[in-house]
This record gives sequence, C-alpha cells and structure tokens, in this order.
Amino acid sequence: MTQMPPLVALVGNPNAGKSALFNALTGARQKIANYPGVTVERKSGRALFADGCPVEMIDLPGAYSLDPDSLDEAVTRDVVLGNLAGHRRPDALVIVLDAGNLDNHLRFALELIAQGLPTVVALNMIDLAERDGLQLDAQALARALGVPVIETVAVRRRGLEPLMAQLDQILIAPRSVTDPVASSFGAQNQRARDIARAAIISETAGRQWTRRLDAILLHPVGGVVILLSLLFLMFQAVYGWSEAPIGWIESGFALLSDGIKNVMPDGLLRSFLTDGVIAGVGSVVVFLPQILILFLFILLLEASGYMTRAAFVMDRMMAAVGLSGHSFIPLLSSFACAIPGIMATRTIMDQKERLATILIAPLMTCSARLPVYTVIIGAFIPASTVGPGIGLQGLVLFGLYIAGILGAMLAAAVIQRFVTQSRTSSFLIEMPRYQWPRPGDIAINLWQRAWVFLRRAGTIIFAATVILWALLSFPKAPDGSNVSQVEYSVAGRIADGLEPIVRPIGFNHDIALALIPAMAAREVAVSALATVYAIDAADEDAAATSLGPKLAADWSLATALAFLAWFVFAPQCISTIAVTRRETNGWKWPIFMVSYLFALAYAAAGITYWTARSFGL
Amino acid sequence: MQLDRLPLNQIAVIRTIDWGSLPDQESHRLRALGFEPGVTIEALHKGILMWRDPLAVRIGRMTVALRTKVAAAIDCEISA
Repeated sequence: MTQMPPLVALVGNPNAGKSALFNALTGARQKIANYPGVTVERKSGRALFADGCPVEMIDLPGAYSLDPDSLDEAVTRDVVLGNLAGHRRPDALVIVLDAGNLDNHLRFALELIAQGLPTVVALNMIDLAERDGLQLDAQALARALGVPVIETVAVRRRGLEPLMAQLDQILIAPRSVTDPVASSFGAQNQRARDIARAAIISETAGRQWTRRLDAILLHPVGGVVILLSLLFLMFQAVYGWSEAPIGWIESGFALLSDGIKNVMPDGLLRSFLTDGVIAGVGSVVVFLPQILILFLFILLLEASGYMTRAAFVMDRMMAAVGLSGHSFIPLLSSFACAIPGIMATRTIMDQKERLATILIAPLMTCSARLPVYTVIIGAFIPASTVGPGIGLQGLVLFGLYIAGILGAMLAAAVIQRFVTQSRTSSFLIEMPRYQWPRPGDIAINLWQRAWVFLRRAGTIIFAATVILWALLSFPKAPDGSNVSQVEYSVAGRIADGLEPIVRPIGFNHDIALALIPAMAAREVAVSALATVYAIDAADEDAAATSLGPKLAADWSLATALAFLAWFVFAPQCISTIAVTRRETNGWKWPIFMVSYLFALAYAAAGITYWTARSFGL
Repeated sequence: MQLDRLPLNQIAVIRTIDWGSLPDQESHRLRALGFEPGVTIEALHKGILMWRDPLAVRIGRMTVALRTKVAAAIDCEISA
C-alpha cells in the first residue's frame, strides 16, 4: 500500500496572489470538487518535491481571519483547524502574503502561525512591491515570525524551487510550536504593523499605477461610461468573435453526419446517430466559442483587479433595489452561468442580501440561453446594421440582456421589501492593485470551464437528447398515415397535454415539446427542436439544412419573440435549482424561485405575443 | 473630522471609531481590514454620478471601498 502524499494548504488574504501561486506550483493538473457538505469549491492539485515525491496542494478560499464573516472564510477556518468532517487536516501551511501589503496581511499570518502547523511564508508579488518602491528584508521577517520566509513571484515562477525545498524540510522536521498569538485583534494588528515596519528596508514613492488608474476608472462619470462600454463590448464580442469558430464546429458535425450516412445503411441506428446524437449534442457544442468568450471577459475583469471597481461603480445603483456592490460580482458571473454565480454569493456578508442575490441570479442571461437566443435571432432578425458597427441582431441580443437585468432589479426590490424584509445593505470591500492577468492562469481557467461545458454536453444534454429521440421515434407512425411521426410519437402525445396551457402565449406544438426536456437545461430546447425537425424532415435534404431556416418557415415572428421572452425568465435548469437548494439548505427557496420565475416567464411571453400580434407580426 | 467629510487626498489619522453605531458584521470586517485608532488613512475617491457614495480610502497600503454611513462612524484627525 502506498502512503498518502502529504497535504499542504495554501492560505492567505484575498488578493494575495494565492491562486496564481497555486497554479504555478501545480500546473494544469488540478481537480475541482466541493468540500464535503458544502458547495465551496475545493481546488486541489499535485506538486513534486525535488526528489520526485508528490505532495497534494489545496487552494483554500481567501480569508481575513479565522473568525469567519462568510461561508468561504468558514471553510478556510475549518480546514486549517482540522474541524471539517470528512476532510483531513493539512500537514503544513503555505501562508501567502502580498509583499506590498504586509501591514494589512501580517495579522492573519500571525493568527495562522499560532496554530502550530509546519508553516512556510511565501512573500508573494515581491516584484510589484519593488515596482511600488518598497524594499523588504525577508530574513528579518523570518526572524520576527519564527518561520521560513521565501520571496516569490508566482506569475514569473520565481522562488518556486526554494519554496518547495523549504516545504520538504519543514515536513520532515516540524518546528516546535511558537508563542500563542496575542489575544485581541488590536494587539495582533499592532504586532503585525511593528513587524511590517521592521521588515521594510527602504520605501520610496512608487509609480502608483493603481491610484492613477483608479482616478480614471472610479471617476464619478467616466467610470460609469467605461463600465457600460466594457459590458457592451463584451456582449458584442460574444456575437462577433464567435462567428468563425462556430462555422468550423458546424461544418465538423456536418462532415461527421455525412460520413455516417455514407457508410451506414438507412435504419434505426443511423437515425439514432445522426438525428439523435449529432443533431442534438452538436447543436449545443456549437456554442462553446461564445461561452468561452464570455468567460474570458469575466476572468480578465477578475484577474486584472477591475471587478471590485465595477462593484464600486455599481454599488449606489444596486442600493436602490436593496442590494449592494457585493451582489454585482456574483450577478456578473451569472452572465456566464448562474451556478458559479450563486456559489460566488458566499462572499456576501449580509445573509438577506445573499438570499436575494441567489433568487435573482437566474435572471442574468447565462450562456445556456445563448444557443436559444442565437438560433431564434439568427432565424427571425435580419442581419442588417442600425449604425456604424452596431448590428440589429447584436442589438436585439443586448435588449434581451437588458430585459433580464431590469427583471432582476424589479425582482430584487420586491424580494428585499416583502420577502427578506431587509432594511439595509452594506458595502465594504478591499480593492486589490491592478495587475496584468497572466495568460497561463486564464488559459487554465478557460480550459476548466470548457471541460465542464463539454462534460455537460456529453452527459446531461446527451442523455436528454437520446431520451427525446426515443420518445420522438416511437411508436412508429404507420406507413401512409397522414399523421406525422412527431405527432404520432410518445413525445408528441405528451406535448398535446401541455399545448393547451402554452397556446395562449403563442407557443405551438413543437415548442411545447421542446420545453419538456429543456427543464434539464435551457440549451436542450435547441437540441430538442433540432431533433424534432430532423426526425420530421420529409427527406434527407431537408434534414441536412440547419435549424434556423426551418424555424423561420414554420413560426410566426410573434411566436419567436414570445419564445425569446419566455427564456428571459424561465428557470429551466436542473443544476441551478439543485445548487439553490444546497446553498439555501432546503426546498423552500428553490420552490419559491421556480414559481415566481415561471409566473414571470408566462406573463412576459404572453404580453410579448399579444403585443406583437396587435402590430400584425 | 468624520471620514466621509475628509477632503480627497488629505492624509489623516484615525482618532476613534464608534463601534457601537455599526452592525456587528461591518465592525468585524472593518477590524479585519485593519481599521483602528492610530492608523493612517486617506480618502481617494468619492461617489458615482450625483451620489457621494461609496467612498474609496487608502489604509496602510490597501485600498478599501466603504459606504459613507460606515465612514461617518470613523473619526479622523488631519495630520500636519
């Protein structure tokens, strides 16, 4: 039996460069899971000592102290103290300190060192500190703290080898426990500042990039304009930059489908592969480029330090509906996917605000809606321009995003007033220094997101498509019958039951059919429609053309617009409902969320349909 | 002078903090961020559009954003 490799936890204040150091130490060999019993993301990875022995590293959530303010911080405390059931206590700690921010970060370091675990301090981002005119004495710091201190620059891989060597040593020969930490916060802070002062060799006025940039980005008017422009650019890019790669993926799947048709005889298995698997999964995988572009923007905003500035700019407006700038960050993440968004609410201190943010997060237009929006917009909205560089299609997409945001703001105001009955919100946040995002870190993150998406396409969406294909293909309509295969099938009959309910809001039989499997995930609506039309196609040529033209021929514009309005609100995502249940510890809030969102979706689709009809569309 | 009234780019020292007027969570987080009597502080940016809220301040080597309501509980003295 092999021995378990030692477990080393990276711990430190938020913004100390912890994750960058973790990436540098473990490379791309990372595992993302959850801590037992909580939905806090557990990032772990393997690093190797010089002699080739492995060590397991975990990246703990950033914290300010072992006396937690948020769920994230509670996990950090429980892991460090060995109190998290089902999780072993780390064998050693790497305390990550921002070299440029010792005065503020050393207090937590002292608290951690006093826990008595073997500890190394990584004096991280030493290059940024030097850029800002700060010369530090790592040896003096090590003497004052009683643990080894290694200078590191995670993003340039500086100091990694000495750090691993030191870690190896302290794991072999643990230090004796040092003096207990001073009891009061004030005394700890005082000691931290004294140590910081002693460790500073010289201090000259630096270039203060952060301050200069903040003067622009936090400008009372300019800051708002910049944020709105960035968001607009982000949404235009999602549409504009993805066109070419989407084309490649589409032709790839078309080639695959044709290849199968050439080598296989017509029959059930061929229909299963081409109409079921390829039409269904392919129609969703096609949106990978857009999802990655969206995540790229959000990761860049996060890594550069701009995200908290965006929260600053938005705070006052969020306060108008009873939220704060804290809610802005999870809500912006929800534009990529509501699941990480809802999980990011754990950093919100105020529990009522956190609940309200969770309940409105599904209203942010997540990337799973993009497949639905893109197909419908592509089929029904002409690709004309309404101004220099502004396409009508992009504008409609932007309008859908705005509709989601306005709906969310309205919902937040009502929820905070009548449901959580919160009277105040608070905003108190550290704003990190600006830095260039490291391409490697962004790439690792993007790869992880792509993998999660493809895994979903390969599992949930694959399963939903296969089941739907089966429901659509059986029983077989008798030859010469004037009832189409779709109408005759099991799925068609289920849809018959749903149709009377959605008929008043302009939905047809095919939509009723697509809405059922779309409960698993919104993008399934597209693959479901693709499968319906592929199976229903009178001949092979019709099946080969893409979904858009078929919809354009079949639906009225009013129906298409109602369908879009429905998906602005409809909570059709099993994973979101599941994560809401976990994050709120019960069924009460997910049920509330699903009910109010379906009610809104029904109302919005109905109003859209009848308004459009009255304009003769 | 209360922190929310401190002129921009004016270096000051925190004299007292009225912990009692703040909700527990906010005073706890303020302490964790290093807000304490005797610490040097500077107001950097104030508000968005027509609002004078929130406020960005420098404390130690860190920039922190907070609302004026909290800043009003922090009394500072302009240093010479």
